[in-house]
Amino acid sequence: MSMDYFQYLRKERMPHIWCPGCGHGTIMKSILRALDKLKWAKDDVVVVSGIGCSSRTPGYLDFNTLHTTHGRALSFAQGVKVANPNLKVIVISGDGDAMAIGGNHFIHACRRNMDITLIVFNNNIYGMTGGQASPTTFTGSKGTTAPYGAIEQPFDVCNMAQASGATYVARALDIDAVAMDRVILSALQNKGFSVVDAWSQCTTYFGRQNKWGDASEMMDRYKEMTYNVRLAEKMSPEEKAGKYPVGMLFQASRPEWCEEYGKLIERVSK
Amino acid sequence: MSAEATEKKAPVIKFLAGNEACMEGALAAGCRFFAGYPISPSSEIAEKMSGRLPKLGGKFIQMEDEIASMGAIIGASLAGAKTMTATSGPGFSLMQENIGYAMMAEVPCVVVNVMRGGPSTGNPTGPSQSDVMQCRWGTHGDHPAIVLSPNSIREAFDTTVQCFNFAEQFRTCVVLAMDEIVAHMREKIVIPAKEDIKIVNRKKPDLKPGDPYKPYEADASLIPPMMNFGEGFRYHVTGLDHDATGFPSGAPDNQEILHRRLVDKVEMHKDELFLFENHRTEDAEVLVVAYGSTSRSAKRAVEEARAQGIKAGLFRPITLFPIPEKQIAQAAGHAKKVVVPEMNLGQYRLEVERILGPAVPVVGVHRVNGEPIAPSLILSAIVGG
Amino acid sequence: MSKRYEIRLAGLGGQGLVLAGVILAEAASIFENKNAVQSQSYGPESRGGASKSEVIISDEEIDYPKATHIDLLLCLTDAAAEKYLKDCPETALVIADSDLVPSAIPEKFRSVKAPITRLARETVGKEFVTNIVALGLIQELTGIVGLPALEKAVLDRVPKGTEDLNKRALEVGREAAHEYGAHILSAKG
Repeated sequence: MSMDYFQYLRKERMPHIWCPGCGHGTIMKSILRALDKLKWAKDDVVVVSGIGCSSRTPGYLDFNTLHTTHGRALSFAQGVKVANPNLKVIVISGDGDAMAIGGNHFIHACRRNMDITLIVFNNNIYGMTGGQASPTTFTGSKGTTAPYGAIEQPFDVCNMAQASGATYVARALDIDAVAMDRVILSALQNKGFSVVDAWSQCTTYFGRQNKWGDASEMMDRYKEMTYNVRLAEKMSPEEKAGKYPVGMLFQASRPEWCEEYGKLIERVSK
Repeated sequence: MSAEATEKKAPVIKFLAGNEACMEGALAAGCRFFAGYPISPSSEIAEKMSGRLPKLGGKFIQMEDEIASMGAIIGASLAGAKTMTATSGPGFSLMQENIGYAMMAEVPCVVVNVMRGGPSTGNPTGPSQSDVMQCRWGTHGDHPAIVLSPNSIREAFDTTVQCFNFAEQFRTCVVLAMDEIVAHMREKIVIPAKEDIKIVNRKKPDLKPGDPYKPYEADASLIPPMMNFGEGFRYHVTGLDHDATGFPSGAPDNQEILHRRLVDKVEMHKDELFLFENHRTEDAEVLVVAYGSTSRSAKRAVEEARAQGIKAGLFRPITLFPIPEKQIAQAAGHAKKVVVPEMNLGQYRLEVERILGPAVPVVGVHRVNGEPIAPSLILSAIVGG
Repeated sequence: MSKRYEIRLAGLGGQGLVLAGVILAEAASIFENKNAVQSQSYGPESRGGASKSEVIISDEEIDYPKATHIDLLLCLTDAAAEKYLKDCPETALVIADSDLVPSAIPEKFRSVKAPITRLARETVGKEFVTNIVALGLIQELTGIVGLPALEKAVLDRVPKGTEDLNKRALEVGREAAHEYGAHILSAKG
């Protein structure tokens, strides 16, 4: 059964700006498949983004779309959600957007636990500005601002999200569309703040600078760097060392901000 | 003091500080969303909002910083709320990028800047008027600016209502520049009955479901009508150069049209924006131009000068930007000298000099010591050679 | 009353001087329909830093909201007396806490020294009503606002359940005016 993607796309905005081999389009399609299952009215969905390659996604999607300033998507998105909690709010961000310039907003959005889903299109590099190192650039990997290899430790998006209070946390690779679909759908269904660390290869900047090869070679390398969290129990610590788990990593039930504020309004407006 | 003024049919008498009157004005104007971050000397606005808004079914959220506060009020405004934040110099600096976004994407919202001494942390608890040019030019790029500055408690209420009305009418971010003295001093205020307060709401396009909506298509007023998110007309909002559809467009012609329209939509309506007071300017040979709390010192100095037989007068811009240029020139019609007292080193004085040209000497009275400018200092400048 | 009456209340943060100023100004403007402006200057400290609260009361429009020709100075610390006495014209009335302001008030001023804080603590029973005791003292000595207006303004602002305590504080302050300020009262006639 194949769905009609174009019912959710702004055809007149095509072609998109992404490079051949980029994983962003693959993740965007996963989002559309999840939304197709949820059958939310298009007028009720707001897709918010910051600045960067990932953040061009909303422009292609036929919903209410809000392309904000660099790093600030979550602050705009929370304003939208609080003002009208009936709107379904999805935030699309990159690793630089969400974890560097927007890092403070990221941890506080997790802490508040508003019913918003953040999908981080994580390609470990600043693509749009020309391949500079990002907060998720692996130690030793090169960027145009790390010509000798990054000396810093990268952020683990999922650990940050969990520690900060997000109530659904998952990681998936663009190569594994089935897993990506599953976690994005679950994230959207979670009544609270959800974070999906969606890995996407940047062949143009990350791949070339680090000699990781083309898209398929990069995807293979991502597979080698990760393991399915459902197999974790059967794996030895040595097998897991230095690797990232993928799948649903954390889920919790915690009061949602807008619901709590709604109760507060009821309590004090009597 | 818990009376819900905005719900009152009859006028309400209160004794309020400027920050409190500002909050009452915002609520009366229909503000139902406030996002903010604590900073002296503006924090009382956030504190009072956190108590009052939920009682009216409105929303208050304390954000992690001023950047987020500004982002949140833009997002909430797009979702249909009338929104406000309040801050002071350092926070206002942090907000600038998103203030520019609100102007570029034409999202109505109000920012209150309770001015304290700067630059940097400066004097957090002292009065100042040193953000006047930041209010005008704080964000990057050419942009429109509507900035009001009250000098009394009642006016803090009225100008806040006016800020919302202008924001809604012109689809832009409007700034209320209060100084710490007005923010913290208290006076009696008669809050008008609800039906006596003029409220402006954003103009909606005349569309039927299914009609195409171009969010940035303006008529002769140059102000595009606005749909909110969730009202059935999906559209795109961006801070990039965009065309009438709202989608990015880098075409040179289009950029030129957009940027000129953003500025012109305020410029062509500026006569509607000018709020000002003339006090004894008809025959003034010495004109004082002063705003905010400094204008109260100036008024006293003018009275004392008149008592000495000097024909002094005061022109007080309430709308600082756009600058009421004609009105200033008119007030200075008989002036042999113009005095501009400011709690900064001459930011508005330069504008007055530009407007009046070299024919009239303009004397500044400037203090940046965290103290108000006493009437005697202004009087000396009026009397002095 | 002269056209413009200027009051400066000075001491430390925590002594309730800002609230005292607000109450005095409310008594004049809300309950007696005069014009009044209250303002303050403050530092970063919530407690213990220098605190100054000013009230201007006038029958006419009040332009400049700060004191320039002080009619009444209240000092609840020695530092406040040292700092602000020099701003006062000779016509000013100076009221000081006799325990907290050991320095002599210059003779050129009309002055009253009373143990305001001690009266609050010992006679009323709660030190936190020091500011209200001071208001009672000011009211009786100057008549700048009437007692009914002041009492209404006090009761409007103080926490529920402390009404009697605060009324008592006003009374103790007014009694102190007679005990420590008879020379002022008799001069006033």
